[in-house]
Parts: sequence; structure tokens; C-alpha cells
Amino acid sequence: MGDHTVQKAFPDAARLDAESAEWLRALAGTGPRREAALARLHERLLRVARREAARRGPRLAISGPELDDVAHQAAADALLAITAKLGQFRGESRFTTWAYRFVIFEVSAKVGRHFWHHPVVRLTAEDWDRLPARFGFDPADQAEWRDVLAALRRAVDTELTPRQREVFVAIVLNGVPLDTLVLSSASSRNAIYKMLFDARRKLRSALAANGYLPDDSSRRS
Amino acid sequence: MNGWSALDRFLRTDPRDVGCAEALQMLHVYAELVASGAPAEQRYPGIAAHLRACGPCGDDFEGLLAAVCDEAR
Repeated sequence: MGDHTVQKAFPDAARLDAESAEWLRALAGTGPRREAALARLHERLLRVARREAARRGPRLAISGPELDDVAHQAAADALLAITAKLGQFRGESRFTTWAYRFVIFEVSAKVGRHFWHHPVVRLTAEDWDRLPARFGFDPADQAEWRDVLAALRRAVDTELTPRQREVFVAIVLNGVPLDTLVLSSASSRNAIYKMLFDARRKLRSALAANGYLPDDSSRRS
Repeated sequence: MNGWSALDRFLRTDPRDVGCAEALQMLHVYAELVASGAPAEQRYPGIAAHLRACGPCGDDFEGLLAAVCDEAR
């Protein structure tokens, strides 16, 4: 596949760095050159997937062959997605950075799915005694934090919608990873995050109204 | 970090936060800027705000940044 063909398929090809342009030429082509590029890309994706799986694995007690299996599946699925979406690469970053994003997302999704199949806690369990530990409050200082957490619990019950409450309980109380909640509720990360974002804003507002926290909901961190 | 600051930090929301979809869409661009030492946070304050607040997106960013930095070595 010549440069003119690459530029036809990728209108932004002119501003690509040489290495990215070469990846595109090879992957958009045919025959042995494409096969070699696919093998090279898979090798790199697998390396990234292995390291990413190893980084996340300990949190969910995944290790050994199971972890390597996650990495292999992630690399294979990422390669499929990349080749299917090659035309969406706009040259805003190097090609490999764009490609690695796919494999990171695949590892992330597969680790979330693992937690869903092997839950450490029931997604809907409600043990409010866990709340102080979730925020790292010291039991010895209970007199200082008992009132604010009681107010927080009241606000969860009175200020949040049923769905916001459900999301708060799962993520904050039960420590369910957000991505696992996405899978179990057939929702999207964006939708669950937005729900928790709105819940956090409401809860801060309620605690601020009662003097427990400063009212700085519009403050930029 | 004690319980009060953890609670305060968790409940604080940033109006610039762009949400997961937009942050993930630009994650490769943002990671490359950070890896190169460019002022990514100034250029994309909404993405920076989101990555600070969203655990899963922050995790994806850390993983991608590590991959980019490894590639550069």
C-alpha cells in the first residue's frame, strides 16, 4: 500500500510521525507485510496487557495462569478492535499510544468481569458498620465522627434517589468496583459515575447545611 | 489521610469534571502530554479533574501512562 493510499484512507496521514505512518501503511495493507505488522502489534499489546494485569491482579487476588489468561484475552480482543477501528485513528497521538488505550480498556473490563463472577461481597448487602472504615475513621475517635456519619446515613436515605442510593451502597459501603457495577446493571461507566457524582454533590450539600462540612461544592480542586 | 479529609475529598465535586466518556475518548492524547512533561492539566482541566475523582478512569490512565513511558525508554 503506497503513501497515496494511506492518505486517502487516513486524511490526517500527512501530520503523522514516521513510525505511526508506517504502522498504518502496514496494517491497512495486505499479505505478509500486514501479517507481520499484526504479529508485532499483538506482541506489544500482550506485553502491555501482562504488566497491566499484574498491576491490577493483586487487588482482586488473581494471579498465575488466570492472570496470564486475562492478558492474552485482552491483547487478542484489543487487536481485533484496533484493526476494526483503524480508520478512526486521527493522529492526535502516536499510533501505539492510541492502540495501547484499547488494551488497557480490555484489561480493565476483564478484571471488572472477574470481580462480578467472583464477588467478595454481595453487591446489595448493607452493612453500615463498615462506613467508618471505608473513610479511614479511627474507632478510638468515635465521639468525633459518630454524628457526621449518622448525618451522612440520614442524607443517603432522604436525599438520594433509589438508584443513587443503590450505587452509593454498592460502591462506597460494599467496595464494589465501579466497572463491576456497570456489568451487573448493564449500564455504562459514564452513567454510573454521573449517578455517583450527583449523589456526592447532594450529600455534601446536606452535610454542609448541617454544619458538618464547609460548603465548597463549587470550589475547584 | 484521616477520615475527615477522606470524606471531604470523596464528597467534593469539581464542576469542570468532564465525565468518563469524554476523558476516555482523549486518554491517549492526555497520557502522551503528561509523559512528555507538557502542561496537560492546564490544557485539559476537565479531564484532569475527572481523573482525580474517578477511580476506574484514573486507573486506566495510570496503566496507559506506564505503557507510554515504558515505550519511550
